[in-house]
Amino acid sequence: MAEPGENGVLPEPPEPPGPRERMRGFIAHLRLNGFTLGPSETALSLDIVRRLDRPTPDGVQAALKVALCGNREDWDRFDTLFRAYWFGEGVRRANILRGENTSTPKRARPALWDKVLPPEDRAGRPIGGAAQATNASDGEEDAEAPSAPHRIAADRRDSLFKTDLREISAKEDIAEAERVAESLARAMRYRLSRRRKPSARGRSLDLRRTIRRNIAHGGEPVDLLKRTRPDRPVRIVVLLDVSGSMKLYSRYFLLFVRGLLCRWMRADAYLFHTRLVRVTDALTDKDPFRALAKLSLMIEGFGGGTRIAGALEDFNTRYAKQAIDSRTVVVILSDGYDTEAPEHLARELKRLRTRARRIVWLNPLLGWKDYEPVARGMAAALPHIDHFSAANSLQALAALEPELAAL
Amino acid sequence: MRDYKELQAKLAKAGYIAEESLAMALTLATEIHRPLLLEGEAGVGKTDIARALAKLLGTRLIRLQCYEGLDANATLYEWNYQRQLLSIRAREATEGADSAETLENHIFSEEYLLRRPLLEAISQLEPPVLLIDEIDRADEEFEAFLLELLADYQVTIPELGTIEAVSIPHVVLTSNGTRALSDALRRRCLYSWVDYPDAEKERAILAARMPEIDDELARRIVGFVQQLRREELEKVPGIAETLDWAMALVGLKVEKLEDNLDLLQASLICLLKTEADQRAIAPEVTQRLMGKVA
Repeated sequence: MAEPGENGVLPEPPEPPGPRERMRGFIAHLRLNGFTLGPSETALSLDIVRRLDRPTPDGVQAALKVALCGNREDWDRFDTLFRAYWFGEGVRRANILRGENTSTPKRARPALWDKVLPPEDRAGRPIGGAAQATNASDGEEDAEAPSAPHRIAADRRDSLFKTDLREISAKEDIAEAERVAESLARAMRYRLSRRRKPSARGRSLDLRRTIRRNIAHGGEPVDLLKRTRPDRPVRIVVLLDVSGSMKLYSRYFLLFVRGLLCRWMRADAYLFHTRLVRVTDALTDKDPFRALAKLSLMIEGFGGGTRIAGALEDFNTRYAKQAIDSRTVVVILSDGYDTEAPEHLARELKRLRTRARRIVWLNPLLGWKDYEPVARGMAAALPHIDHFSAANSLQALAALEPELAAL
Repeated sequence: MRDYKELQAKLAKAGYIAEESLAMALTLATEIHRPLLLEGEAGVGKTDIARALAKLLGTRLIRLQCYEGLDANATLYEWNYQRQLLSIRAREATEGADSAETLENHIFSEEYLLRRPLLEAISQLEPPVLLIDEIDRADEEFEAFLLELLADYQVTIPELGTIEAVSIPHVVLTSNGTRALSDALRRRCLYSWVDYPDAEKERAILAARMPEIDDELARRIVGFVQQLRREELEKVPGIAETLDWAMALVGLKVEKLEDNLDLLQASLICLLKTEADQRAIAPEVTQRLMGKVA
């Protein structure tokens, strides 16, 4: 396998390896940079190059780009990676690009970066800008783990999955985390809607009922009965604490809730800190990034101590009547540090409990190693909630599924 | 393999101005018979690519529009139940002596098969262009089903047996990215990201579609739309919108954009498709954008 040397530029190998080896090396190089590729792609690439009439570097580049990219990120990074491998332009290009992008948090905070990523899977991070960032260091990493290119692709998602959301800060990582959250939510939504019920205007035939109904016609199917997916909107009401450290979590959670929105699942979102604000409209913005930007602005606007009980009281009196029905799950995301009397919180939760189907309390601090729910507010709240869990990682969010499915 | 530049030129003749990378993608897709997945914003002309390709190859375009809940029945085949029932009744009335087996073989023959797009596409003598539009709107099960079809190019119908593809169609899939597609599908396909055209290419498109338009006006129109795409809009105008707008301006007999600003503002309804966007592009903004174009 042709491996880039320590400075990221390809050294001339002692014996020029055949095109097959070089191509295999190229595929491995791409895989290290997060492309999902296997041995069959090596064969495909060779086949394509062979088919090109007069292969020019540009032609080969364009052809392989079409064949090996699978999504837009790959598409945007391919040219750089191609030139890095075949023309050894890695280092120079990487430096130029690095200079251009110094504003992204990833490069501004390398120390934090190291903390998030264990050294062994650094090479395979799914970062959009990984091409630029890792080109320069590809050499060492390739040398460190030459035998494990397959593992890396599987690892990266996994590690991100378990990372505490608070520690994810690079722009590209945020984007990936958002995607995971959204796809999780979508997966949940799908599982929840599988059951079908009889309906006059359904799309699929309800064979059993059709036969039963038509016994009177001598078994001739005259009346066709149909069934459809149930149209029973499930509602989720989320109350998000946006004080200090909770901000970061709230952001991800909102994204998660966004992914849940669909025809039969309605979500209502409220932010609280010292007062309560309804943010559903901002949440339903079609453009996810603008929605987040709007919400971030709202979040920034708050100040002072947390008043969970007050916010809940506000919710109970002003919104609960329309927002909650018997199939509503109320999800509260908060650390439970309240500046008010714990009895107040218990009273309001009890009030809420009578209306809602379930109350789920997510406390990101619970995911921290040494946390015990000792906050007085939290202790008072515990008897009134159905489910209490951490929500500090995407994995913890995924674990919510049974709670929602239990409806 | 044919030169992709050749294809690019031919596409231009067919009225489609393609980037080099796209021409390469189409050449490869037709050459090695792999489906081509096109991704990009709405309105960048993904669907038109398939149309242009069909025109260029001189074959049929078979289109399958995806939507949520799309299933195999709607895409592959369906038995013509009404005809089957009628046929049973007719036979009972006339002969009455047909054995059950003969009857069954009769009503489950190809005569009673309604072909839906996917089956239609693999049973053509001349390979058609199969356009699977907005695959991201269909469910995941359908995606898996499609993968199976695209791998084997054969369909099994329980009553009839396995139908093998007569010819392998040129498959073009498009996606707007409303749902993440599976890695398996992505790997199975060639991929191309289609971006909004740059000014030069958009002028070429405009010239190809509306040869009668004045060069200077075309330049202004394209310049304005290009500027507009940089604004923060809910729905960024695509190529179709540019063409609509150009047609509207020509219809209104506008010769210079800056001549009649009220009219210009009113004509923006061709480009801005939501109320919020129309509010965002106030006359002052229009003037600012015009200033950049001039």
